Amino acid sequence: MNDWTRATAAQMADALAAGEVTSVELVQAHLDRIAAVDGPVHAFLHIDAEGALETARAVDADRAAGVELPRLAGVPIGIKDVLVTKGLPTTAGSRILEGWIPPYDATVTRRVREARMPILGKTNMDEFAMGSSTEHSGYGPTRNPWDLDRIPGGSGGGSAAALAAFEAPLTIGSDTGGSIRQPASVTATVGVKPTYGGVSRFGAIALASSLDQLGPCGRTVLDTALLHEVMGGHDEMDATSLDEPVPAVVDAALEGARQDLTGVKIGVVRELSGADGGYQAGVTQRFEESLSRLREMGAAIVEVSCPSFEYALAAYYVILPSEASSNLAKFDSVRFGKRVEKSTIEKTMLATRAEGFGDEVKRRIILGTYALSAGYYDAYYGSAQKVRTLVQRDFDAAFAQCDVLVSPTTPTTPFKIGERIDDPLAMYLNDIATIPANLAGIPGMSLPSGVAPEDGLPVGFQILAPAHEDARLYRIGAALEASLTAEWGGPLSAQAPELEVAE
Amino acid sequence: MTTMTYEQAMEEFDPVFGIEVHVELNTKTKMFCGCANEFGAEPNTQVCPVCLGLPGAMPVTNEKAVESAIRLGLALGCSIRESSRFARKNYFYPDLAKDYQISQYDEPTCYEGSLDVVLDDGTVVEIGIERAHMEEDAGKNTHVGGSGGIQGADYSLVDYNRGGVPLVEIVTKPITGMGDRTAEVARAYVATIRDIVRALGISDGRMEQGSVRADVNLSLRPKAVAGESQDDVPFGKRSETKNVNSLRAIERAVHFEAARQATLLLGGQPVVQETRHWHEDTSSTTPGRSKEEAEDYRYFPEPDLLPVQPSREWVEELRSTIPEHPAKMRARLREEWGFSDLEMRDVVAADALVLIAATVQTGTSAQAARKWWMGELSRVANDREVALTSLPVTPDQIAELQGLIDEGKINDKLARQALEGVLAGEGSPTEVVASRGLEVVSDDSALEKAVDEALAAQPDVLAKIQDGKVQAAGAIVGAVMKATRGQADAGRVREIILQRAGVEG
Repeated sequence: MNDWTRATAAQMADALAAGEVTSVELVQAHLDRIAAVDGPVHAFLHIDAEGALETARAVDADRAAGVELPRLAGVPIGIKDVLVTKGLPTTAGSRILEGWIPPYDATVTRRVREARMPILGKTNMDEFAMGSSTEHSGYGPTRNPWDLDRIPGGSGGGSAAALAAFEAPLTIGSDTGGSIRQPASVTATVGVKPTYGGVSRFGAIALASSLDQLGPCGRTVLDTALLHEVMGGHDEMDATSLDEPVPAVVDAALEGARQDLTGVKIGVVRELSGADGGYQAGVTQRFEESLSRLREMGAAIVEVSCPSFEYALAAYYVILPSEASSNLAKFDSVRFGKRVEKSTIEKTMLATRAEGFGDEVKRRIILGTYALSAGYYDAYYGSAQKVRTLVQRDFDAAFAQCDVLVSPTTPTTPFKIGERIDDPLAMYLNDIATIPANLAGIPGMSLPSGVAPEDGLPVGFQILAPAHEDARLYRIGAALEASLTAEWGGPLSAQAPELEVAE
Repeated sequence: MTTMTYEQAMEEFDPVFGIEVHVELNTKTKMFCGCANEFGAEPNTQVCPVCLGLPGAMPVTNEKAVESAIRLGLALGCSIRESSRFARKNYFYPDLAKDYQISQYDEPTCYEGSLDVVLDDGTVVEIGIERAHMEEDAGKNTHVGGSGGIQGADYSLVDYNRGGVPLVEIVTKPITGMGDRTAEVARAYVATIRDIVRALGISDGRMEQGSVRADVNLSLRPKAVAGESQDDVPFGKRSETKNVNSLRAIERAVHFEAARQATLLLGGQPVVQETRHWHEDTSSTTPGRSKEEAEDYRYFPEPDLLPVQPSREWVEELRSTIPEHPAKMRARLREEWGFSDLEMRDVVAADALVLIAATVQTGTSAQAARKWWMGELSRVANDREVALTSLPVTPDQIAELQGLIDEGKINDKLARQALEGVLAGEGSPTEVVASRGLEVVSDDSALEKAVDEALAAQPDVLAKIQDGKVQAAGAIVGAVMKATRGQADAGRVREIILQRAGVEG
């Protein structure tokens, strides 16, 4: 292969195992690609060329010495800057953490290192994962490789854009209300939010602890599954981590690729399908086409209704800011990060937070502080938790009728940078279809379903499964992917316009 | 304005009080991380990403701390909730690493209990327990330079070693009807809690090191008028005196606050609901934050932790490990051991109760056990300025030592030498007796020879004995003991002297 950056992670792993390429060559090819395109794309906040090459050299040496290696050993990866990485700057996209070098590794970081995957660097994100466009990064926006004037989604725009721009074959994301799935949707990549507790959150800088979940991002369903198995599994450092084996998602992806969905029941969620309007025509069209393909592969399609979803967005925007207002309190200048020195500790804390946090972060801290205040708690946080229970019941009822639920991932294709920056409510509506999964703790996937005819931009297809049934996402996703790529003659990501390469 | 005394205040008003006791648990590790839970280490050496609140870190509940909290709750007669959640108490303070404290709010693990407190005169008072909940301690600020206070210091240092140390906070229900015994009851209650946590072995119970800390709430209300029930008189505004950290201070804080509030009320001024700081040096309180401007802690369930759900089987298993109520145990042991009230009080004050009980358990008589622990060992502990419980000698060793005396192998004097060896780390009493050659001389021929020599040296004494002044034999016994370096059996020596003098004793 003359350009290794175009290969899938699975192909890279096989080529490494077969001795057709070295990890150093793979890492160097990606570092070169980053140097060539990341100026305008700005998917990365920090590049660790030396660290990645060092890991690659060690893997190559071990492979040459006949040491048995993990499947993805030597395949490079990008890590969302929300995960702490010992010795590598970690900012969560915030100026308040500028220059902070964590003294410890997140559990997922450690698992990536144990899998011997060279870490290319840290990917850009909305500050503390608050946003759907990566415009709220304290270090400037990431741009969508499909159209540099458009947003790459958020908060994990960096992780998605790095994949779409072939700067990395795999990246890690975090999904609190859609931050993995929505960027995947608008960049024609694949992203999975596992079951809550399926991947350890230890070392992931918390946004909303009861909603956050780390997950894998790739350009194919199989690649994503391979990374899922690296990341997942019980961790005693995270009390909410599930004490059960990682679902067999790689096997499920391989099974799905055979395109036989006989006996599978797929539910279309009426409230998320765009049937009530408000969805872009091309989005609805691609969604309908994907449903037809699933039906052709033997699946039965049924319509289900989840009436409480109407309140999900409102509940989410109470629970998230409430938890975030508490989680972000620790950024007080005392032990780490930015400090704006004033005459007293109270003034120092205030000045540091005033200068260190961006507007969206402040907006949500204020919202959350208000919602948790004495006298308002029951009306806001208490009611939101009740809605959460209702959403969970709706899912339970829906899954009693079908194996998975599907919807378009986002109502529209990517919008232009700056278009919604001053309209937080319009921005929040991006996540209307992704948020219910976080409220219920269930797994979800977004994969490409084509481009919208009217603008030629990617459309994502979302699959949701009951808790612990992550494997179903991969089976159905891989089936749909196989059917679509057969028609496209390759992954949709290959159709992205060529980026201008810097000299 | 006339200044009232405590006694006058109690004549004029009906006091209502409540106490919050914080007990630092002695688990090996902290509440939510694996850091060591030890007092007195170098600042910031017992810290990790979790207890420093570094970005990304997450808490994991210490099961052993939960066990201690449940055992304490059971000892206080509390019900144990089948499922209780931790909550976050949010406030900004530099010693609070995460800027929220993980505590329990609306779902404490232990609730609705009661505790019998025995006063010095034997009166038993039942104290209602509202709740006992788990939480983590904060770090410690030290203000340096300037005024030394938080406002006027040049700079402040923070030590997070204490941050995350497990605490149980025990909250009483309002205690009424104690009148002028309020201060005494308050003190006895805290003393009882201290005794219970020690008996449970879940805390050092050292108030001077802050492992048991008390906040005292007190308010005064008018006495009921004729035909009115005191229960119908509403409570007055209360003050909450923080960190009253000795039993004596508890009593004094109640005295001071009652007198202060009575003075205000009789002077026509309101009592302000506020927290107050206790000053040990002046035995007085000064205002802290007033409750009107109190912070809103914005409690909400801690999403990083699962609920605490102890199985009923486990709770019952723990219930079987709850020791007897300390006051009841003291009364029972006093009876069994035949000690006087005064002796028993001294034993308790010297922290020797458990040691004596353990010694007695091995078969030693209570009087002998008391003699060692309250006599020689208390003296040594006093000289070394350490707690009796910290001496390098075990109740088993004391029992062994007494056994050697009872068997006639050593006498009291030799036993003291043997004990000296034990305390010096030379081994068990038997080993020390052997290595130092301390066994009594029981070979009659050797003793007879020594007696003869002594009598020959002091013929006048022999004459006195023969004249019937038998007590004069003491001088010869002393000489023989000296000659045998104390290893003779004094009783046997006396018999030989009398035989030699021709006087049968």
